[in-house]
Amino acid sequence: MHEVSAAPAAHHGPPTTFIRKHVFSTDHKVIGIQYYHLALVAVVVGMVLSWLMRIHLGWTNAAIPGLQALSPNGAPGGVMTPEYYLQLMTMHATIMVFFVLTTAPFAAFGNYFLPIQTGAEDMPFPHFNMMSFWVTLTGFLVLVSAFFVSDGPPLAGWTSYAPLSAIGKAAGPGQGAGQVIWATALAIFCVGQLLGALNFISTVLDMRCKGMTLSRLPVSAWAWFITSCMGLTAFAVLMPACILLILDHVAGTSFFIPSGLVINDQLIPHSGGSTLLWQHLFWFFGHPEVYIAIVPGMGIVTHVLVTNMRRPMLSMKAILYSMWALAFLSYMVYGHHMFVSGMNPFSSLAFSFPTLMITIPSTIVVLIWIGSLYGSRLRINTASLFALGFISMFVSGGVSGFFLAQPSIDIMLHATYFVVGHFHMVMGVAAMFGIFSGTYFWFPKMYGRMMDERLGKIHFWLTFVGTYCIFMPFHYLGWAGNVRRYAAFTDDYLKPLIPLHQFISVAALFTGAVQLIFLYNFINSRFRGAPAPANPWEGTSLEWIMPSPPPWNNFGGKDPVVYHDAEQYGVKTASGADYIMQNSPEQALPGGDGD
Amino acid sequence: MATTLPPPKAEDLEQPEKPGNGSTGNGGWQNLVPVEGNLRTIEEYSPPPSSSAIWVGIAAICMSFAAFTSALIVRQGASNDWRHITLPSILFASTALLLASSVTLEVARRRVAAYMGGLSSQAASSKLWLYTTLGLGLLFVVGQYMAWLQLRSQGLYLATNPNSSFFYVFTALHALHVMGGLAGLGRVIRKLGLGTLRRSTLNATSIYWHFMGVLWVYLFLLLWMRI
Amino acid sequence: MGKFLAVTIIVIAIASAIPVVMHTWEPPADVSTHGHLIDSQRDDTMIEAGVSFLAAQILLAIFIWQFAGSKGEGKRKTFPGGAKGLVGAALVLVGAEVLALGAFGTKAWATVYFTPPKADAMPIQVQAGQFAFYFRYPGPDGKFGPIHPEMINEGTQNLFGLDPEHDVESRDDIVTAEMAIPVNKEIHLLMHAKDVSHSFYVPALRIHQDFVPGLDLSVHFTATQIGKYEIVCSQLCGLGHYNMRAYLEVMSQADFDDWQKKQAAAQ
Repeated sequence: MHEVSAAPAAHHGPPTTFIRKHVFSTDHKVIGIQYYHLALVAVVVGMVLSWLMRIHLGWTNAAIPGLQALSPNGAPGGVMTPEYYLQLMTMHATIMVFFVLTTAPFAAFGNYFLPIQTGAEDMPFPHFNMMSFWVTLTGFLVLVSAFFVSDGPPLAGWTSYAPLSAIGKAAGPGQGAGQVIWATALAIFCVGQLLGALNFISTVLDMRCKGMTLSRLPVSAWAWFITSCMGLTAFAVLMPACILLILDHVAGTSFFIPSGLVINDQLIPHSGGSTLLWQHLFWFFGHPEVYIAIVPGMGIVTHVLVTNMRRPMLSMKAILYSMWALAFLSYMVYGHHMFVSGMNPFSSLAFSFPTLMITIPSTIVVLIWIGSLYGSRLRINTASLFALGFISMFVSGGVSGFFLAQPSIDIMLHATYFVVGHFHMVMGVAAMFGIFSGTYFWFPKMYGRMMDERLGKIHFWLTFVGTYCIFMPFHYLGWAGNVRRYAAFTDDYLKPLIPLHQFISVAALFTGAVQLIFLYNFINSRFRGAPAPANPWEGTSLEWIMPSPPPWNNFGGKDPVVYHDAEQYGVKTASGADYIMQNSPEQALPGGDGD
Repeated sequence: MATTLPPPKAEDLEQPEKPGNGSTGNGGWQNLVPVEGNLRTIEEYSPPPSSSAIWVGIAAICMSFAAFTSALIVRQGASNDWRHITLPSILFASTALLLASSVTLEVARRRVAAYMGGLSSQAASSKLWLYTTLGLGLLFVVGQYMAWLQLRSQGLYLATNPNSSFFYVFTALHALHVMGGLAGLGRVIRKLGLGTLRRSTLNATSIYWHFMGVLWVYLFLLLWMRI
Repeated sequence: MGKFLAVTIIVIAIASAIPVVMHTWEPPADVSTHGHLIDSQRDDTMIEAGVSFLAAQILLAIFIWQFAGSKGEGKRKTFPGGAKGLVGAALVLVGAEVLALGAFGTKAWATVYFTPPKADAMPIQVQAGQFAFYFRYPGPDGKFGPIHPEMINEGTQNLFGLDPEHDVESRDDIVTAEMAIPVNKEIHLLMHAKDVSHSFYVPALRIHQDFVPGLDLSVHFTATQIGKYEIVCSQLCGLGHYNMRAYLEVMSQADFDDWQKKQAAAQ
């Protein structure tokens, strides 16, 4: 007979050559680690850019050593020009949002652990998966190449509003080749993510092992599934936007450029385009993107907390439904970035209501987390500390949303540091804490060694306090009307705020330096960490049934069978353990915690 | 405190606990196999991943074209420089060819099924119908190119006016996706020849190809009514 | 360590609240007729947000103090009411809170955007371009001459591209680099973007509106206090964005008339 109906993953043998094992690998675990390394490189680049920005904002006329060597045009004598500040800012944001916040919690951990947590041997389309990493990496390299073209990277911000971003060189330094490179890099990134989302969704729908009903999937797997549904639809809109932007640059079209524009006394030849069209397309992608950045973190944090509390959440269903609600609502709120954009003011009110409503699922998740802590006897380790830190940061970042969701208040706060504080707390800190929590939690499984707990705790403490010192003051600046994306503060009403900026810059440099502890811990533990057992945290989900690190085919060629959900903690068992693993047929005895 | 339990050996496994929510718990959201009974491997009860994956891919492509459609609508309203262009006449022919290729693909699919069911006499005819589909698809792409030539002869280039811009963008992107579909068809033909073709691959490729036709009908109507 | 974290969270929460309560960093004082609606909405929201923030952080800290890292045997307590109470609280309390904020906030928004300018509002045009604001007053005929973009020439200071030779209405237009307005008089501000997106942000006037190339937008407002205020650009427009600023002078009617005469003579 000729056909085989459904072959899961490739029934290939183990990879043998170095290239197949570590470079062009179709193994989802290798791909996950490759993504993680990409995110590590990207976060270092993004963080260095932020240091340069903060030094310049605190001490605008200071000569920064080494900067002239990096860019003689951008920093003659080491003093950053305003355009170079904006170029660094644009690249900082683009690299962080795409290559750190989408890559690490979603692509890296998701690729590694989603197939495992669903009980699959690999993703269903391993070659697409491998392509997704290499395409994403290509996007990163193309983006970074913008630093090396003659005029430098674009300066229009990661939001790249038209017509500034569409007109071309006349609009400013970096707006020629740099802007086209930027848009191309993003389009390439979208392709990579779409290939990844395809795999994630198919894994959850079709690759679950026997007994793994949807309701038994661990919460982190659900989070990756929800995120990939968002990614599928959001990135599919960013790519058309980038294509149209590139055409306006290179083909003389006028999608985004209206008539009658004059720069340097020259009439711009394009005509008829719609400035707001870019904003609509971008933010339709942009708002789901920020939920793509946070939802995996929510899943990871919930997973870490359940494992360390040794007890289920008060209601996992509430958390899951809330994550779905966040994903769904995220498409209906995008106009809150455009309240004073010239959009119809009725639309502004219309967008404001779902934006206010989105507070509700966020609140449900936070309250369930906090309520579940009650009575829990949570184990303290670096992973659970970062998970607790996530809750605190998410609350802090979230409450500023109350203000920004209302158009009338946005009149005062739009485009100020209040917005910058809001999104840095939720993305730059909370989402990062999710990544850290996942790293300390899963490092033993990925690399077969334990990370140093003492260094981890020092990292947590200094980062927790440090990030509050950096980003809480952003809100005060914005409250006072400090406009964002300013290379210097020359306005009368802003000059008194400069000392606060200097405080923030010191805190930023300090907290940035603290991350070296993490890097050291990460690299050193790879080679000298204590060997990790299969299940160091006594977890129930399927990643803990395999050795650390897992073999190439995950479950050794035998598909696991699942009998329980992933929350069998605090149970009474015959053996005396307080947990039952998902693939154990053992049943809980009466008298456990939940009775 | 607790010790880590080693995972149970495969031989020791009893029947999985029946989940309370009524689902069958066998993995795969389309399966209809009950939980009780002998444990079976994934192959026997889970639907092929490509059957849901292809719809996922189609969803993404739909979103992209929806984004372009909204760009068209917004752009049309933004300015009064909209200049109606007559669609090149060859588009009617190429549309017919693409729709015909869907028909030939369906004929091919039935032949392939018969062949895979054991009727080796159908081998040649299934390949023939597949090649016909491929050929019609190629002719469609050529027809699109000729449509562009027709427009160019009228002095309508990519940046001439917004109508022409959208015409080229929509047709070019659709043609690119069609060429992806052609590659898929080529892969199906090659695998059929080698005897390694899976039904799921053929089904997924066919769904994609039919979607190209449906998408083209939508785009054709959009261009006709708006451009 | 859990207790230490709990204390840290509470210290950070209270430390964060102090500058807010002490009004350490405030926007410039409101000098507009509609600003009090925005300010009171903002203050109401601060109470709700502040209470939510403090309550959540303190509750988190208390539970961390009591239950993180604690040892013990036997059955553990669960949160009274379980998930139902919490979900209910979120739905009802937060739902009511945000609905109220949304509903009451529409009034402030409507005052700015849904009320048309008075019939006798004074029209002033502002043009934003890389990297300056320029203003145009219609002059005695009350009309603005048309803008010819191709005639814009910074060298000859034809900033609005006016053609007084052929356009009668342009002849008496007054173009200035500073904006002056009479106090307690409604202004109808017509906004024109020369090149890219900019924004008109006057914190003291509680006015914030983007300039959109290709769109004719306008806002209206009334200043209630004489003084000099800053108009700053808040939409990234290029390398000079940080420096793009103009002064708004609110004067008595008499002073304004003098000023306008002087500006007209200098055209």
